[in-house]
Amino acid sequence: MSIGSTTPGAAAAGEQTREQVRPERATRRKKPLSEGKRQERRLGWLLCAPAAFVMVAVTAYPILYSFWLSLQRYDLKFPDEREFVWFENYVTVLGNGYWWSAFGVTMLITVVSVVIELVLGMGLALIMHRTLIGRGLVRTSALIPYGIVTVVAAFSWRYAWTPGTGYLANLVSPEGAPLTERASALAIIIGAEIWKTTPFMALLLMAGLALVPDDLLKAASMDGASAWQRFVRVMLPVMKPAILVALLFRTLDALRVFDNIYVLTAGANNTSSVSMIAYNNLIRGLNLGIGSTMSVLIFLTVAIIAFVFVKLFGTAAPGSDDGSKR
Amino acid sequence: MADIVLDKVTKSYPDGTVAVHGIDLEIADGEFIILVGPSGCGKSTTLNMIAGLEDITSGELRIGGQRVNDKAPKDRDIAMVFQSYALYPNMTVRENMAFPLRLAKMDKQLINQKVEEAARVLELTSYLDRKPANLSGGQRQRVAMGRAIVRSPKAFLMDEPLSNLDAKLRVQMRTQVSRLQKQLGTTTVYVTHDQTEAMTLGDRVVVMRAGYIQQVGDPQTLYDSPVNLFVAGFIGSPAMNFLPVTLESGLLRSPLGDLPLSDRLGSVLSAADAPRKLIMGIRPEHFEDARLVEGTDGFTFTAPVDLVESMGSDKYVYLNVDTRGGDTPASTDLAELAADAGGADLPEQNGLVTRLSAESRVREGADARVWLNLDKVHLFDPSTGTNLTLREEVAAG
Repeated sequence: MSIGSTTPGAAAAGEQTREQVRPERATRRKKPLSEGKRQERRLGWLLCAPAAFVMVAVTAYPILYSFWLSLQRYDLKFPDEREFVWFENYVTVLGNGYWWSAFGVTMLITVVSVVIELVLGMGLALIMHRTLIGRGLVRTSALIPYGIVTVVAAFSWRYAWTPGTGYLANLVSPEGAPLTERASALAIIIGAEIWKTTPFMALLLMAGLALVPDDLLKAASMDGASAWQRFVRVMLPVMKPAILVALLFRTLDALRVFDNIYVLTAGANNTSSVSMIAYNNLIRGLNLGIGSTMSVLIFLTVAIIAFVFVKLFGTAAPGSDDGSKR
Repeated sequence: MADIVLDKVTKSYPDGTVAVHGIDLEIADGEFIILVGPSGCGKSTTLNMIAGLEDITSGELRIGGQRVNDKAPKDRDIAMVFQSYALYPNMTVRENMAFPLRLAKMDKQLINQKVEEAARVLELTSYLDRKPANLSGGQRQRVAMGRAIVRSPKAFLMDEPLSNLDAKLRVQMRTQVSRLQKQLGTTTVYVTHDQTEAMTLGDRVVVMRAGYIQQVGDPQTLYDSPVNLFVAGFIGSPAMNFLPVTLESGLLRSPLGDLPLSDRLGSVLSAADAPRKLIMGIRPEHFEDARLVEGTDGFTFTAPVDLVESMGSDKYVYLNVDTRGGDTPASTDLAELAADAGGADLPEQNGLVTRLSAESRVREGADARVWLNLDKVHLFDPSTGTNLTLREEVAAG
């Protein structure tokens, strides 16, 4: 409550709010801040300033610069033809089959791998959560794939699927070369993604499992719920915030899929993701304009997905208050 | 509704610890029974075994005459109220209370009717569409009770249901729980560590300690005739005073002075196996300002007054008497009681707590003449903790 207000008007407002029963409801209204509050707010800004400055330097600037580049015809192979073309690059990219093919591939990989990861991750999380004997060992071994560098893991997948020498290739299709066909190559890419990041999903979900009080599950079993009913009707709703966070993190992560594709197929047979073709245009092709346009489009996709998660599903960052209030 | 019988029920864990040692207990149909004891005494484990949330290692548990050892909690038809209330946060009050009925695939209309009825009894009607997060502690507690009663189960199990409420609300809810239980007449097992709750609520109270039942009885019996030091010290607030006494040439040497042996005490101590060194237990209300009881039989002594707390109806007077004495016989019961009372955090209590009439004129700092009702004192064997005075009463009765 504002009792230390300085202006006469504010003092009157203070009188009004004092009469209200619940102080937190009063603060929701616009009213002049007391001196102490203002000081606190100023200190808050000052403390944030260094971090905010670094953020601007390393993220805001590149984002704005690539947006600026995306509005230009700018190919380093033809530096003289640099020209400001407004949104022409966007028309070019969005009207191009390769982009849409890559976009489709990315979406397919994202959706399929995230869904499977969620199911497997939940299973793994439950196992890790419930294990009583050798808990440390179980958790450590479950996390090994996540601990391996993605490129290294991708190479081991490639060798495993190389015809003649790879054991998986020999086992599954001794005649063919799975990495050279679109469907099987995509399946292998998705498999590698799942293998690699399920532990991460499981970790996030395990944090969610820890949020479910034991008493709640006991109460549910006393109320007559079977194991499956306890899982679906009690555990999942309580874990929902953690599940959404895990989904958001993994979706955004999967959308940027690059290393696995780069190593496994290098984008052959229409297996490129949007990150791959952006890289090919920007770094290999030195076409700064088109490459930047693709980067901006990827950025927009990520932003839209994050927006949908946060606004529509009410995902909150772990630990923030909003999540628990829902 | 049903009776509950525990027949040598034991709980031990793989690592060898035994939480409950072969408990025998018969709970009658419709009875309100309280399991009370300090933390770690096995009361919650016992309750969980009745609920089916923990396996019974050996022994038999019968509900309504039927062995239920191997039945899942949901097949035992008993409801439980938890200390944390364990309300489903994603469901409204109505959904919370309807949950067990919906799982039982009951008809929707009937569910509604039952929920409304329970809500009316518990005065929750206007909160039915709220989420638990928007309720106060007392309301949440009532929702938890509501979820238990809508099912009309064979028995209620309550695990410290009032411990999370503030003191005033706890007293209110205590009477409400008691009234509700009488109204429904459902067998109820109630776990608490609070002896006041145990005394006020239960038809019978089971005092437990370290996995063993110490004594079972109605509250007054436990208070008047505790079988051992532990029960004596645990039941009653303020707690019973304990003094070391020594039997010497027909007198009881105590820090208060030499007490004459009344016939009652004499007969106890004449038994051949009676030890020389004993612990005497005196309840605070068995003291009185000597001025007010001139001429009454008893023992009178003088002691400096440390502190006077006036409660209006009577006065708690703390007397400076060395109750620890140099040669206090060691007793595990007393050590455990001290630990339960938070002995580690508080300075060791030394002195007598007495409850005198409000008319008493004793003043802090001055000496007071205090009368002690020798007929009411208890004598305990320090090595076993047994109440020796009780033996004589049982023999006489």
